[in-house]
Amino acid sequence: MGKAVAIIGTGQTKHGRRSDVCYPDLVRESVTTALQDAGITLKDIDGVVLGTMPSMMEGVSSTHFYFAEAMGALNKPVMKVETCGSTGQSIGHCGYYWVASGMADIVLVVGSEKMSEGDGQATMTTVFDPFFQRTFAAGAPGVFTMQSMEWMYRFNIPEDKGREAAAMISVSNHDNAMDNPHAHIRVRVTMDEVKNARIITYPVRLLDVCPASDGACAVIFASEEKAKKICKKPAWIKGLGFRGEEFFYGESDKAIWMSATEAAKEAYKQAGIRNPLKELDVAEIYNPFTYQEMIFYECLGLCPRGEAPDYVLKGTFKKGGQLPCCPSGGTLCSNPIGATGLIRLAEAALQVTGKAGARQVGGAKLALSHAMGGVDQFNGVTIVGSKL
Amino acid sequence: MAKEYRTIRNDVALPYQWALGKTWTRFFDGLKEEQIWGTKCTHCSRTYVPARTFCPDCFTDRTEWVPVKPEGKIVSWTLVKATYHGQVKPPPYIIALIQLSGTDCGFHHFIGGVETENIKKLRQKLKKGAKVKAVWNPEKKADIYDIAYFAPVK
Ligand SMILES: [Zn+2]
Repeated sequence: MGKAVAIIGTGQTKHGRRSDVCYPDLVRESVTTALQDAGITLKDIDGVVLGTMPSMMEGVSSTHFYFAEAMGALNKPVMKVETCGSTGQSIGHCGYYWVASGMADIVLVVGSEKMSEGDGQATMTTVFDPFFQRTFAAGAPGVFTMQSMEWMYRFNIPEDKGREAAAMISVSNHDNAMDNPHAHIRVRVTMDEVKNARIITYPVRLLDVCPASDGACAVIFASEEKAKKICKKPAWIKGLGFRGEEFFYGESDKAIWMSATEAAKEAYKQAGIRNPLKELDVAEIYNPFTYQEMIFYECLGLCPRGEAPDYVLKGTFKKGGQLPCCPSGGTLCSNPIGATGLIRLAEAALQVTGKAGARQVGGAKLALSHAMGGVDQFNGVTIVGSKL
Repeated sequence: MAKEYRTIRNDVALPYQWALGKTWTRFFDGLKEEQIWGTKCTHCSRTYVPARTFCPDCFTDRTEWVPVKPEGKIVSWTLVKATYHGQVKPPPYIIALIQLSGTDCGFHHFIGGVETENIKKLRQKLKKGAKVKAVWNPEKKADIYDIAYFAPVK
């Protein structure tokens, strides 16, 4: 780890179909909110990091040009980073690196997406190579469903059991989103509705899948000295990890998933966490698909391999359970992809500083945030805590 | 009622001409002859298909060409019902990850020659490890579609 770094402010838009604003105005909405939250102005910002999905998502190339004014980046160093779904974690890590290196005191990090304007699945299909895999991608659902089937086959998880647990995850995320004013989808759903929803990529159904959202998130990182001066309750970065794996989907073992497993291990090591299920108070896991959320529980070391459905069915990760996951309603209920991984971090920071409103997990002191990107290829984890 | 603001339609469609390079040119030339080529690393002995210029594990280009039988077993699959712009064909269709005999990785392709209406029956046919065999396209263009699909074998 470098020098100590804290999150001193966060800002989120209302996520959803935001045809009421153009893309730069959406970005500015999150930036303005984060500056207000931190109680600082653009003058205090030393540098700006931003990230989005591939430019084809909205059809404007290199959006750091488009958003320069909206991010308040005039006459400041600007860095764009993108790693597909894990972009939000990647840009958060860059904000951390920049401040931890001592080269900046305060850095603004912005993630955004406006998915209602293009074709998300078609865009994601272009992440595959054009010769071999693109044809067989079927967007994100094709990839993540294939992974989920491989996982269920590997650990002999009966179809009905997997279905039941996945439906419970959908119901609890939808319930949680009712407490989150930023969430895109805010309706309660029943187990039967999830199990009988229309098939997207069998066995995954409509209510197992995230929406395509418009939204932006901004997070402000500060050095120890600045954080202590400016902020009453900073969220301290305790550990982070990021790992990538092979581009050819069939080359690595997606049921075990090295990148997710090792990214978490690295973050736990830095944070001094030995038993994450016991020590963490809350987790914001990147969960665009219910079945896949269970693979994450296992990779992040929250339960043994192949046992995630059992833990889900006994309520371990529900509100009020041993380790509440995604009290925000998660990615399942809001997914402006370039912002999503950073929203996970912002939500984790809100939790450990007691600012999460109706979705607050009482007394949370240590929180995990996570995101995954590419063709199941990248995973990033950041742990935040209430104490330095 | 809140005012509805305008949107403007604009399409971006660009032409590309992608280079295959020597390894993948040979791989697709092989498909045209109904031959699947893999490469085996002489250092770690792993065999990958499609063929690779270098071993991804060892980062060495000490690989040798090996013929791969057009058959294998199902690692995973899904029945696609979702639609999106530029999709290869109208759903429903099945995509799968297949481990071809003698290789150390999964290979993406379609599963065909099965009914998709009855999911219970489909699950029976496409059980974990179910054997499948390539069905060749009668018209070949030296691309991935030279294999029409993989079909379950009894
Ligand atoms: Zn090798």
